[in-house]
Amino acid sequence: MSRSSESSRSRRLWRSPGLGVVFALLVCLPALVPLVVIVGAAISPQAEVWAHLAQYVLPEVVANTVKLVIGVALIGGTLGTSLAWLTAMCEFPGRRFFDWALLLPLAIPAYVLAFVAVGFLDYAGPLQAWLRDIFGTSSWFPRIRSTGGTILVLSLAFYPYVYLMARSAFLTQGRRALEAAQMLGHSRQAAAWRVAIPLARPWIVAGIALIVMETLADFGAVSVFNYNTFTTAIYRAWFGMFSVSAALQLAGVLLLFVLLAFALERRSRTAAHFSSSRDLSREAPRLRLQPLARYSAVCFVALVFVLAFALPILQLLFWVFTRAMSDLDARYLGFVARSVVLSLSAAVVIVAASVLLAYILRRRPTTLTRSVIRVAMIGYAVPGTVLAVGILVPVILLNNFLQEQLRSWFGAAAPALLLQGTLLTVLIAYLARFLAVGFNPIESGLQRVTHSIDEAAAGLGVVGGALLRKVHVPLLRTSLATAATLVFVDVMKEMPITLITRPFGWDTLAVRVFEMTSEGEWERAALPAVAIVLVGLVPAAMLTRRGAHVA
Amino acid sequence: MWLELRDVARFFGTRKAVDGLSFRLAEGSIGCLLGPSGCGKTTALRCIAGFEPVDRGEIQAHGRVLSTPDFLAPPESRRIGMVFQDYALFPHLTVLQNVAFGLHRLPQPARIKRAQDMLATVGLAEHGSHYPHQLSGGQQQRVALARALAPEPELVLLDEPFSSLDVELRERLGMEVRTVLNGLNATALLVTHDQQEAFAVADMVGVMNDGRLEQWGSPYELYHRPATRFVADFIGQGVFIAGEVVGAGAFQSELGLMHAGGRADWAKGSRVDLLLRPDDVIHDDASQLRAEVCQRVFRGADFLYTLKLQSGARLLSLVPSHHDHEVGERIGIRIEPDHVVAFERQ
Amino acid sequence: MLSWISMRRAGAILGVLGFAAVVAACSRPPEQLVVYSARNEQLIKPMFDRYTAETGMPVRFVTDDAGPLIERLAAEGANSPADILMTVDAGELWHAADRGLLQPTESSIIDANIPASLRDPQDRWIGLSVRARTIVYSTERVQPEELGDYAALADERWKGKLCLRTSKKVYNQSLVAMLIAEYGEEKTESIVKGWVANLATEPFSNDTLLMEAIAAGQCDVGLVNTYYFGRLLREKPQLPVKLFWADQAANGVHVNVSGAGVTAHAPHRAAARKFLEWLSQPEAQSLFAALNLEYPASPTVPADAAVLAWGDFKQSPMNVAKAGELQSVAVKLMDRAGYR
Repeated sequence: MSRSSESSRSRRLWRSPGLGVVFALLVCLPALVPLVVIVGAAISPQAEVWAHLAQYVLPEVVANTVKLVIGVALIGGTLGTSLAWLTAMCEFPGRRFFDWALLLPLAIPAYVLAFVAVGFLDYAGPLQAWLRDIFGTSSWFPRIRSTGGTILVLSLAFYPYVYLMARSAFLTQGRRALEAAQMLGHSRQAAAWRVAIPLARPWIVAGIALIVMETLADFGAVSVFNYNTFTTAIYRAWFGMFSVSAALQLAGVLLLFVLLAFALERRSRTAAHFSSSRDLSREAPRLRLQPLARYSAVCFVALVFVLAFALPILQLLFWVFTRAMSDLDARYLGFVARSVVLSLSAAVVIVAASVLLAYILRRRPTTLTRSVIRVAMIGYAVPGTVLAVGILVPVILLNNFLQEQLRSWFGAAAPALLLQGTLLTVLIAYLARFLAVGFNPIESGLQRVTHSIDEAAAGLGVVGGALLRKVHVPLLRTSLATAATLVFVDVMKEMPITLITRPFGWDTLAVRVFEMTSEGEWERAALPAVAIVLVGLVPAAMLTRRGAHVA
Repeated sequence: MWLELRDVARFFGTRKAVDGLSFRLAEGSIGCLLGPSGCGKTTALRCIAGFEPVDRGEIQAHGRVLSTPDFLAPPESRRIGMVFQDYALFPHLTVLQNVAFGLHRLPQPARIKRAQDMLATVGLAEHGSHYPHQLSGGQQQRVALARALAPEPELVLLDEPFSSLDVELRERLGMEVRTVLNGLNATALLVTHDQQEAFAVADMVGVMNDGRLEQWGSPYELYHRPATRFVADFIGQGVFIAGEVVGAGAFQSELGLMHAGGRADWAKGSRVDLLLRPDDVIHDDASQLRAEVCQRVFRGADFLYTLKLQSGARLLSLVPSHHDHEVGERIGIRIEPDHVVAFERQ
Repeated sequence: MLSWISMRRAGAILGVLGFAAVVAACSRPPEQLVVYSARNEQLIKPMFDRYTAETGMPVRFVTDDAGPLIERLAAEGANSPADILMTVDAGELWHAADRGLLQPTESSIIDANIPASLRDPQDRWIGLSVRARTIVYSTERVQPEELGDYAALADERWKGKLCLRTSKKVYNQSLVAMLIAEYGEEKTESIVKGWVANLATEPFSNDTLLMEAIAAGQCDVGLVNTYYFGRLLREKPQLPVKLFWADQAANGVHVNVSGAGVTAHAPHRAAARKFLEWLSQPEAQSLFAALNLEYPASPTVPADAAVLAWGDFKQSPMNVAKAGELQSVAVKLMDRAGYR
């Protein structure tokens, strides 16, 4: 059989209706199974627990969750967008440093930032103690353990997602669009509002969607503030009332909210394209700010960097040197190595799956395929422990089923299977959780590779794998790097899934943080936390360095 | 309205992107800055638009000062429209919204009306509700033009407006643009590296090289009376023939004695290069002067022959196309220069 | 950074790795103990290491919160590799036993070492160390004579002076469950409501922050587990905060346990029992408690010297299993009382 007829047949097969959906379902399977488990549990509510929840718990947590999500989306979105604006569009002293430094908070887990903030800013913390020494009282100081404090800290922890997305949008098309609008008589400010920011909207919204999902799923950080959210209610129903089903049902309701938010976001978009294949950034220089604006910009950017990164790191380092140095031993090489292996493997698996999904969607953009993929993204909004159990239980059931088969073939001599304690399961669970993180940048990157580029390449005889290798991968390089970095850093920080699915002895840095914090030894947790930050810094820095050159 | 640049300079570090640029553009006329890439023409345009400050000199429009080293009127207040090389259409807005974008001071109905009129002017009345990515390159170009012209700017700047179009479309659009601009009595300045484009559209052309303006004049002047060797080289086709000054305005070369106007203060005996355009070399079977055909390009109405003289020097000659000579044939030629342009021998 | 080729190659490597891991998981060495532990690695690994050194029996373990571990155990069923479940709270053990995940272990050695109130009445789990939850107070603003039992903290006099840890922490849930056992639901609810009314500030996320707040003057009294106090005292010996043994006149200090049980489908049942017996013996008891400044479950074994310095106290004699039984009732009660 000749190559060409083989490839044409495979292409025909590829085009056959429904196959895209089948492939998409296969790739998304790990992400869909836990959702099925959750929705399945929601069908049989326990009346008694629900009556209690509805009366005493839900009103507060729904209100709190809504406040938190709106607050973090607004403040985190504003921070991310405005910082991206400043570093991508303007020129000010230190811009080159802040360009990548503003991404560094990505490497600090939100729960760590929360603990540092509470430790530093609460009544008993050093700042208020100092204020009391001077003024005699610190009662006027705003309470950090409050709705506002929670929102602020989560915004500082999560803004880099928006920053990263908005920055690439501004870099590629912002300055040129701004000039065009200025030539049409709009002031720079009006131009920013009317053109540059609307143009970047899909990227900003994608970043905010990640923030919202992170916020919904967060348990560690809100616990530090003792701020009750849907997620804490889920944990309370589960661990406090021993009602797994009530917990899963709450999770089901949470998912409904997320789906609703997604649907609204989709509907707000029209046929408009937000990117053009032309490179609009050529030769347009950065905006020169007036002296006052310039110094305000420097102060603002520096303030965010200090609050979100420098201060927490200093506090962590202080704890490391005063309390945790004795914990540092040769085992840390293993913790770091295992963290890196898991994060890297997860990055490869998730980026590969995302690329596959993005191409399925590109080739066969049916509503059904799109919906399957959208639903599979929700895993990012499910509280970690719920998702961990949601993926682990089906794997165990599969394991038990296979074990039964083995027994029926080999009798008592059958080897014991333990799928749940393998790296495969860990990676499947990571895929379920972080698919959204990998998929979003790759999908928006692929949107820029227009079909005319495909056609031009086909005209030159470049199709199939060669098209990917020679044309798409180079064009998608930044998107791939962004996706891989985000997944890498997120997996480094991930705790509940790693805890329950890791094989015996596979302790990572995040597991070390858990070991210390589960009995409240936060100062000792500083050592693994700093290690997480340091390891996470490397790709974060690499990413922005690259991004500065690749539009 | 007129645009005036006086000794404008713009430096990037030690590099002089624009240096000592001066010219005037009369109201209703179309000017052009022509030059190879990197000559500073786009920087000059961006200085006029207000995106770049000037480091020396002054830019005025309509008697208003726009830029000096100490002052920079913001781009949006200059009443200047611009068509970007990549059009910079807003992909999230429809064609009509794009065109109406600069009309934000008008009330809504007037704005729509005006935008629709502009679209009609550029022949895209039917495409108002489309998005830019749904249009062809030429259509996008016209949307960009309509968008720049809609607010009735006092000056329109066009940055390589046709460079991303194919040759045929480029010529047709060039003429269309000229018609539209003339119809609106708009003053316009375009920059391009393409001489055909410059000549097709512009009344006055300035040739730039290395940040400096070599010559500012009509296309005819640039072609026939190039002020510098660079302009002579860059504009049109032609060859240089070695010669010697034998008297006031008289030059001797292997082609015989030639008389020229222009600069007459050559010292007798100076060695010069004489510029000969293809249309200065006439095919004449009766002529004693013979040259060998070494290349020929059929151009429809005429042939462009490359001829080799005895000395090995080459000439270009434009010959009506019924004179069909083979390569290698020796043909008679006659030199009939309107203006002999001489430059000092390099 | 990532080319298509290297991605494909990496995929292949991962596949091989995964397969190898599955194969490795299939061949289980015959004699070893597998522990699912909600108690920290640094608090249990020394015990496992010593046991392995003494008996040659290797111990493998996974740490996590009790909730996921119990779900995992339940899903694994008869195929579970786990022999022992270890938690830091009696409620969790009660819950695991309630779901049939633990099996009875009858042992005269354990019966002799661990008092009945710290064991499951059906012998499905035992307490290994005692965690006392009692009152802390500011030595600058409170006289110990002003303090009494847990209920007294609901008194009007402590208005704006009480600090509590979050009701999400199982230690507080257990405490309230025990109060329900002692006083009944109605009275307990009014006590908890009184606490909430007396709060100086929002509940804290951990005991250490609570004690620091007392030291800083944000509040005067609070409730903590003693080992947190011990840990903080080690860092700041001059801390103006002291322990007060609650309810010595009547029921005694509320205690919880860190404990363990043999899983229902333990592959190495006999070895697991041996290990629990070893843990109940004086030498192991002493180390187990000392690692975290807790009290040994075995009453004949003295606590760490630092712990003994806080003085002797009367423990509540109620079986700690009650805490688990009543935990969900307690959680709902705290919800009703507005205790966050």
